[in-house]
Amino acid sequence: MTAPVNDPVIGAVWADVVGQPDAVETLTAATRSAAALIDGSGDASGMTHAWLFTGPPGSGRTVAARAFAATLQCTTDGIGCGQCRGCRTTFAGTHADVRVVVPEGLSISVAEMRALVQLAARRPASGRWQVVIIADADRLTEGAANALLKAVEEPPARTVFLLCAPSDHPDDVSVTIRSRCRTINLRTPSAESIAEVLQRRDGIEAELATWAASVSGGHVGRARRLATDDAARDRRASVLRIPLGLRRFADVFDCADALVKAAETDAAEVSKERDEAELDALRTAMGAGGTGKGTAAATRGAKGAEKELERRQKSRATRTQRDVLDLALVDLAGFYRDVLVTRSGSPAVLNHPDHAGQSASAAESWSPESTLARLEAVLACREALELNVKPRIAVEAMVTRLYRPM
Amino acid sequence: MSQQAPLRLVLGEEEFLVERAVRQVLDDARSAEPAAELSRVLAAETTPPELVELVSPSLFAEARVVVVEGAQKAGQEIADALLSYAREPADGIVLVVVHSGGGQAKAAKALPAALRKAGAEVIECAKVTRPSDRDAFVRNEVRRAGGKADARGVAALIDAVGNDLRELAAAAAQLVADADGRVDEAAVRRYHRGRAEVTGFVVAEKAIIGDVPAALESLRWAMQMGVPHVLVADALADAVRTVARVAGAGRSDPNRLAGELGLPPWKVRKALSQSRGWQPAGLAEAMGVVADVNADVKGAAADAGYALEHAVLRLARARRKT
Repeated sequence: MTAPVNDPVIGAVWADVVGQPDAVETLTAATRSAAALIDGSGDASGMTHAWLFTGPPGSGRTVAARAFAATLQCTTDGIGCGQCRGCRTTFAGTHADVRVVVPEGLSISVAEMRALVQLAARRPASGRWQVVIIADADRLTEGAANALLKAVEEPPARTVFLLCAPSDHPDDVSVTIRSRCRTINLRTPSAESIAEVLQRRDGIEAELATWAASVSGGHVGRARRLATDDAARDRRASVLRIPLGLRRFADVFDCADALVKAAETDAAEVSKERDEAELDALRTAMGAGGTGKGTAAATRGAKGAEKELERRQKSRATRTQRDVLDLALVDLAGFYRDVLVTRSGSPAVLNHPDHAGQSASAAESWSPESTLARLEAVLACREALELNVKPRIAVEAMVTRLYRPM
Repeated sequence: MSQQAPLRLVLGEEEFLVERAVRQVLDDARSAEPAAELSRVLAAETTPPELVELVSPSLFAEARVVVVEGAQKAGQEIADALLSYAREPADGIVLVVVHSGGGQAKAAKALPAALRKAGAEVIECAKVTRPSDRDAFVRNEVRRAGGKADARGVAALIDAVGNDLRELAAAAAQLVADADGRVDEAAVRRYHRGRAEVTGFVVAEKAIIGDVPAALESLRWAMQMGVPHVLVADALADAVRTVARVAGAGRSDPNRLAGELGLPPWKVRKALSQSRGWQPAGLAEAMGVVADVNADVKGAAADAGYALEHAVLRLARARRKT
């Protein structure tokens, strides 16, 4: 159920917000109030200064926030035509009044937030709205959340904060911030709507799109990745081989090693692509490569900045590594859930319909208790990784428990 | 004119050995020419003209020793200047390039190989990490000081003094002087009491063989010396997973096993002997224990020290499990 593109009431910018009619309706109503507020014909009802987009990963929180920003900046019809300068620049990330914070590292620091709060206090250059989007607001550190809180508490008249987080649970977003935001709840999009958007937007053929949508667990980005990237498909297949591939104790280490290696390789690829180039650019900016007297001193002064950049790059590498591992763990957890579903005879949709055979045979040979223990092991490993346990140690402990549930 | 090689490359990170190598070069130069002059420059802070000035022959050809330190941080120009000098060294000048072996910039990284090619005499000063290398170092030190040491004496000395080469060298020289050249266990015990250094590995070694009292004692020592909790937790994890891998691979030739598992043979041999007494169920539990304690020392537990002690006890319990 994608918002129809040619619907006269709903703007074209919502086309990529998959399967969220309720949210789109609320936000479109808000846009209308916002437009009325600007030309002075209405009051503030329906529009508010801070929004919290929540929903499971892959449901399109940031996409929705960006679309909402576009409708706010839309200069033709005020509901997001997708054609005007306001809409296009918002999507291209070049609109002067739209700021997007996408943390690449493990957290968003308080310094970053303070700078953002300063920017947010300005009047919009285009005369419409000053929009601040914080993707992954759950990565705000406590200090950063408090810095943001001050701005969300007493916002400038024309500033809108759009925060995105997995849920409005206090673990993700502090209660003080949540209580000052209006929540937009996104649900897991259905497999059909994901398949549809894959075909329409990315031009993927129907069969592949349906398969990718069915195994993605409602994660639009993941479905797209699986449909377009062979390596991602291979990796998923190798992860799903683990549950039935553990025959000897020695297999534990091979499987764990494969998982960790894959994550490390991915992180290394990202670093290889970007780290050296970034460092070179910074060095040049700080005056390296120059000749003559005084250049050595200038380079010495640049060491601090280089250290800072290296620290950020390291944080990014750690995050990439964790994200890749987490994807694998979610796939694994999905498999054990499928085993439980099959065992219980429930008609619920499987996470990995293409591995139904394996989960059925596992359901026959494992007791529900042991399957549950295995599922718990996977979830415990996700938690352990979040607690900064060395990936190899956490994953090996997990695979050991998969092999021999206690 | 000195007979020693005009170009030296001191390669490695072991500060003590590097210093000693540089001093040795200077001593050699001074023995040939007592007025030999020493100049030290940092590669990152000098400029090519300054370097050229230092290594230019003077009117009276006095002997000179020029030490370029921290060559791993040299820029492209300094590296070029060093190499162009290396091709035509001047008479009477000894150029010593001190390089850690690492380096970030390409020019700095390639410097050792280029100097070697240019005919530099290389003095290796790599970090001493393997226990057997450290034993050999101590034995050498004792011999240098004119004494003799037996294996037990060497082991006792390392046990008592620690791993720092500078301290080991000083202690060895002192012992030779005090004990009239015979360094054995009794002599070491007479001058050194207590335990100088306990690492996470010592704790792990005791814990993995089920020696709870000794493991707890060395754990307390380690905590007293300020060994970070995380290092102890990592050492525990490493010990458990090595034993689990070796035990899981089944009994076979340690050397072949080492190749398969990608571990050094001595580690496999050690793990094989440690794996006696462990059952698969216990090992599985132990893997969980070390993963838990890894989270605990990183902030999950209120008291990391207690978490480690608890982990040692849990490991012992897991070992008894059949």
